[in-house]
Parts: sequence; structure tokens; C-alpha cells
Amino acid sequence: MKILVTAKRVEDPESKIKVKPDGSGIVQEGLKYKINPFDEIGVEEGLRLVAKHQGEVVVVSIGGKEVQEQLRHALAMGAHRAVWVNHTGPLDQLAIAGLLQKVVEKEKPDLVILGKQSIDDDQNQVGQYLAEFLGWGQATFASKVESAESEQEKNKVPALVVSADGKSVRVIREVDNGLATVECQLPAVVTTDLRLNQPRYASLPGIMKAKSKPIEELTPAKLAVDVTPAIQVLKMSAPPARKAGIKVADVPALVEKLHNEAKVV
Amino acid sequence: MPTVLIIAEQQPDGSLRKATLNAIGAGKQLAEKAGGELHIALVGKDPAKVADELKGTGAKAVHVGAAPELEHYLAETYAPALAALVQELKADYVGMASTAQGKDLMPRLAARLRAAMATDVMAFNGGGADITFTRPMWAGNVFAEVKLTTPVKVFTLRATEFTAAAGGGSAEVKTFTPKVEASKTKFVDFKEVKSARPELTEARVVVSGGRGTKGDFKEIEALADDLGAAVGASRAVCDAGWVPNDLQVGQTGKVVAPALYIAAGISGAIQHLAGMKSSKTIVAINKDPEAPIFQVADYGIVADLFKVLPELRAELGKLK
Ligand SMILES: Cc1cc2nc3c(=O)[nH]c(=O)nc-3n(C[C@@H](O)[C@H](O)[C@H](O)COP(=O)(O)OP(=O)(O)OC[C@H]3O[C@@H](n4cnc5c(N)ncnc54)[C@H](O)[C@@H]3O)c2cc1C
Ligand SMILES: Cc1cc2nc3c(=O)[nH]c(=O)nc-3n(C[C@H](O)[C@H](O)[C@H](O)COP(=O)(O)OP(=O)(O)OC[C@H]3O[C@@H](n4cnc5c(N)ncnc54)[C@H](O)[C@@H]3O)c2cc1C
Repeated sequence: MKILVTAKRVEDPESKIKVKPDGSGIVQEGLKYKINPFDEIGVEEGLRLVAKHQGEVVVVSIGGKEVQEQLRHALAMGAHRAVWVNHTGPLDQLAIAGLLQKVVEKEKPDLVILGKQSIDDDQNQVGQYLAEFLGWGQATFASKVESAESEQEKNKVPALVVSADGKSVRVIREVDNGLATVECQLPAVVTTDLRLNQPRYASLPGIMKAKSKPIEELTPAKLAVDVTPAIQVLKMSAPPARKAGIKVADVPALVEKLHNEAKVV
Repeated sequence: MPTVLIIAEQQPDGSLRKATLNAIGAGKQLAEKAGGELHIALVGKDPAKVADELKGTGAKAVHVGAAPELEHYLAETYAPALAALVQELKADYVGMASTAQGKDLMPRLAARLRAAMATDVMAFNGGGADITFTRPMWAGNVFAEVKLTTPVKVFTLRATEFTAAAGGGSAEVKTFTPKVEASKTKFVDFKEVKSARPELTEARVVVSGGRGTKGDFKEIEALADDLGAAVGASRAVCDAGWVPNDLQVGQTGKVVAPALYIAAGISGAIQHLAGMKSSKTIVAINKDPEAPIFQVADYGIVADLFKVLPELRAELGKLK
């Protein structure tokens, strides 16, 4: 089975994000970058499925030269090959999904795994756009409540189960008020939620091996996709600050404030 | 005249998803700014009952499409049914609440319409043909003003930022035959997490616990029950398997904005704050005086939650 997984480059979630005074973007100095946490979960899930069903995991990232770092990270985790769509400048969801569609048509994977959302733009769209562009089934927010703290949780039924005949995948999805299960004919698009799995660390031999694994370079021109953005980010600003609160000495003081000042109890 | 179409959502049990009313409230605002007309769409196996509820929310018309194939929600069957309606109505703006269903469906619908989309819209700016959207990025660290340049503009709405539409007008209910397409995805089942407490995103009071509870939610739940509140949690707690995922508040969980949010044993990581910072009054209970949660809390108390919560219940009891 061939699994295509996306690996977007994003700011480390621990970073302090500040808006530039002119509102044109965020301050880049001093920021660290990572693979989008949801995508790292996608790589892990791909590797587990391939361990069970044979095949290969191909990772793809779209962006400037620097996204090769995220591709190498995925290769060090164990992905087999990488595809880099080289493009600098803004890309909206239509463009990203359009480029991924062309990569999918070229690679013909059985399954595409993306993150449910990227932690910078927080859009939660690309997987769904891609599924529609391809005319495939989609299962978003795949989740299994894998807990690091308990063996029992770890051993629960995985959220992604490929059928014995290899023709479909059953996915447990995290939705409001519960868990939904759907079955998608393969090929299909799945997006990951946070609790799907605990991604492995890249081992030292893995990191060494990753250096010699191939990264294929493509461009929007080679893929014949028009990437003119249909979304314009006009201005960024810091959200209004909450006014500083106070610390109260004890519980009676707290209740007094809640009752008489905030009038919420 | 521009047409704004808001998509209504039914719960698995057939009732109206409340966040729909906030989405309609937002749609009303947008229609006024754009100088347009508000319409509502609803599809499903048996949506007629809910359509009745939507009549009095101030829309021009409620468009109801019923088909047996639409019994269980799937993006793959709902998107074509709704896309055909969008085209028929020549809608310019298509929105839905940012629920799990809204987030699953709207991008697929947008893709079908070759439309650009904005997620979690918090406000509309400008007027006439020049409308822009405000939406959060980087876990709410940044508010961006975005402009969509495709003819149809699609968006999901952060329900907590808009007041629910209520009583007003009597919309015409129009039925249409939804376009039905074969689906490569099958619904298998839905396991509901049942709770006697109010829904997290709709509650007036939320009591949330973090890793500081060490998984013991008894005091959190007891306080929530005293206050008629919903229970929430940080991701750390959901990840540990201590409470269902469904309770996670934050950037990648649920966004809440109750009148009162009580955070006990939660450090206040930016990803958590992204989901509760719009609460009207925030109370933080934390042992660590340096915990970042105190920077957003209106009232903070530096103490052990296992001592504070029972005391708080006793003290609140005296008010009655
Ligand atoms: C400073 C700044 C300015 C911007 N300006 C513009 C602008 O002017 N116009 C504009 O249209 N957009 C702009 N963008 C947003 C654009 O670059 C987004 O990255 C793009 O729209 C994709 O959306 P998303 O990552 O939020 O997708 P989501 O839907 O949140 O992502 C879901 C998943 O899609 C996959 N994915 C997304 N992007 C990639 C990628 N590059 N490579 C591989 N996989 C990917 C990942 O698996 C990810 O987990 C700007 C962004 C920034 C940070
Ligand atoms: C991609 C991504 C997405 C994320 N999305 C979310 C999200 O949606 N929601 C979310 O919440 N998090 C999210 N997180 C996780 C977030 O970064 C934090 O790790 C998490 O919120 C921490 O949870 P916590 O505050 O319960 O735990 P901790 O940070 O461990 O804090 C526990 C706190 O409890 C206090 N404490 C301990 N014992 C007691 C006691 N007896 N009495 C009082 N106080 C006590 C401690 O002082 C400490 O401040 C996300 C992270 C990533 C990387």
C-alpha cells in the first residue's frame, strides 16, 4: 500500500508569536520551525499502516527550500521518499489542494493523510478541498484517544483499519459529542486529530539514513497549477488584551467578587 | 442584491444544533452590511420539523431539501446537495457554524464551488461589495483581516462571537429536491458521549480542570453540578484519557465564551487560552503564582485546587 502524507512547515507551537508593528505579518526573528504537529501524527500513522500492510510512505511539502528540513524529519522517522513542491510566496488552500491533487495523480497512492489543521493559519480546509478535487471519500479528524499514560488505552482498536481485501479503510472520527465511524473506499483522504497516536522520535540511525533518501523537486509550473491566491491577508493585528485581573486572598473574597462585582453567581 | 445563505445543522437526534442560531445571527449582520438578503438552507432525511423552528429567525426564506440518502451526515453527500442550491439561489456568501460538521462540510462545499473560504470568522468588516472577514490565526495570537476574491465566498462562524438570532419575521419555507450523488464513504456508527450537564459551547458557566487535578474530576464535577455548569478540560487531561476528548477546550478543541469560566489546575498555555479567552469572567485556581493563566484571569487564587473547590462550594451554598 502506498501512503502519501503531507508535512507542512510551521512555527514551533511553543514560540511566542508577535505581530509586526505595520500589521504585514509576524515577527520572524528568533522563531523555531517544526513539522505541523498534526502532520507528524500523519507520518506516524502512515508508518504504522505500512508496517502492517507493506508498501511505502511518501511525504510531500510545499514551500521554499527550507521545507526540506521538515521532509528530512519525516524521512528520519522512517518515511521512504519525499516530494518537495518548490514555491515561495503565499499560497491559499485552493492552491495547496490543487498542487496536492497533481502530486496525487502522479503518485497514485491508496491513501492520503493530512493534518486536520495547520497550527499557524488554523484553517482546517486542505484535506477536504483535496478530497473533493479528487472525487474521493474523506474522513476528517481521525482519532483514537491514545494515551501515553495507560497501556489499556494504547491497545484499543486503532482509528484507521484497512480491510482484509485492501479495498477500504474504517476510520474513527472525533466529532462534537462523541465518536463517529465511517468506512471509505480506497483511495481516500484522511485528516488526523491530535489523539490519533504518539509520533515516534527519529532515531540516530534514522537521521543518518534520511540524509541519503531521495527528495524529488517539483514546481507549480511543472505541475501546471495556477497558484494566484484567491485569499488576501490584508492586515494582521494583536487581539485586544484582557484587562489585568486581581488575585484574591481567599475563597470568601472570591465569592464576594463573583457575587457583587462580576454578578455571575 | 447579494444573497447570504446560512446552513443549518441538525443533531444526530434530529433536533436543531443551537450554534446554528448564532450563525444565523451572524448571517443577519452580514446581510445588513452587504445590503443583501438572508436565506437558510437545511438538508437531511426529515428536516421539516427543524425548518419550522427556523421560520422566526429573520430570514427571507428557509430552503428545505429532504432525501433518504441524506439520513446520516456525510460531507460527500451533503456538499453536492447544497452546492446545487447555492448555484440555484446564486448565493454570494455561504456560511455555517464552526462545529465539527461545519468544519468537515464547508471546505468540501467550497471546493465544489471553486470558492475560497475563511475558517472561524469572528467579525465582518466593510460594506456593500467590499466585505472582509476577521479570523484568528496562531492559536488566537493574531487576528487577521482577510478578503476572499472568488465570486462565491464560503466561511465558518465562531458561534461565541455572534448573538443567537431570535424571534423576528416569518420566513417562507420552500422545499427543494436535493441533488443526490453516490458516496464512496459509508456511515458506520456514532457513539454519543452522553452527559446530563449542559453542552460545553452553550453553557452559561464552565468549570474546567487541568493536569493539576491528576485525573480526579470529582470536585470539578460537583462544583459544575452546583452551578448548573458544563465541564471542560485542558488537552493534557483529555490526552491522558482521564476525561473524554469532547471536553477539550482550546485551539484544537472547543471554543467557549461563557459568562463564567473557572479554570482549576490549568497552566494557561496559549493553545488553551485560544478556546476560552472570550469568556466574560475568568477565575483561575492554581498553586503556581507564575502560571500564565493568571494573566487572563479576572480573579485568581493561588492555592491547591483540592482545598479551594470544596470551600468554594460551601461558600456558594451560603448565597442561596
Ligand atoms: C504570514 C502569512 C501570510 C499569508 N498570506 C497569504 C496570502 O496573502 N494569501 C493566501 O492565500 N494565503 C496566505 N497565507 C496562508 C497560506 O500560506 C496557508 O498556508 C495556506 O492557505 C494553507 O492553509 P493552511 O495551512 O491553514 O491549511 P489547513 O487546512 O489548516 O491545513 C491542513 C493540512 O494541510 C496540509 N498542508 C497545508 N499546507 C501545506 C503545505 N504548504 N505543504 C504541505 N502540506 C500542507 C497539512 O497536512 C496541514 O496539516 C499566509 C500565511 C502566512 C503565515
Ligand atoms: C498542536 C497543539 C494543539 C494543542 N491544543 C490544545 C487545546 O486545544 N487545548 C488545550 O488545553 N491544550 C492544547 N495544547 C496543549 C497545551 O500546549 C498545553 O500542554 C496544555 O494546555 C496543558 O494542560 P494543563 O494546563 O492541564 O497542564 P500543565 O501545563 O501541566 O499545567 C498544570 C497546572 O496545574 C497546576 N497545579 C498542579 N497541581 C495543582 C493543585 N493541586 N492545585 C492547583 N493547581 C495545581 C500547576 O501549577 C500547573 O500550572 C495543544 C498543544 C499543541 C502542540
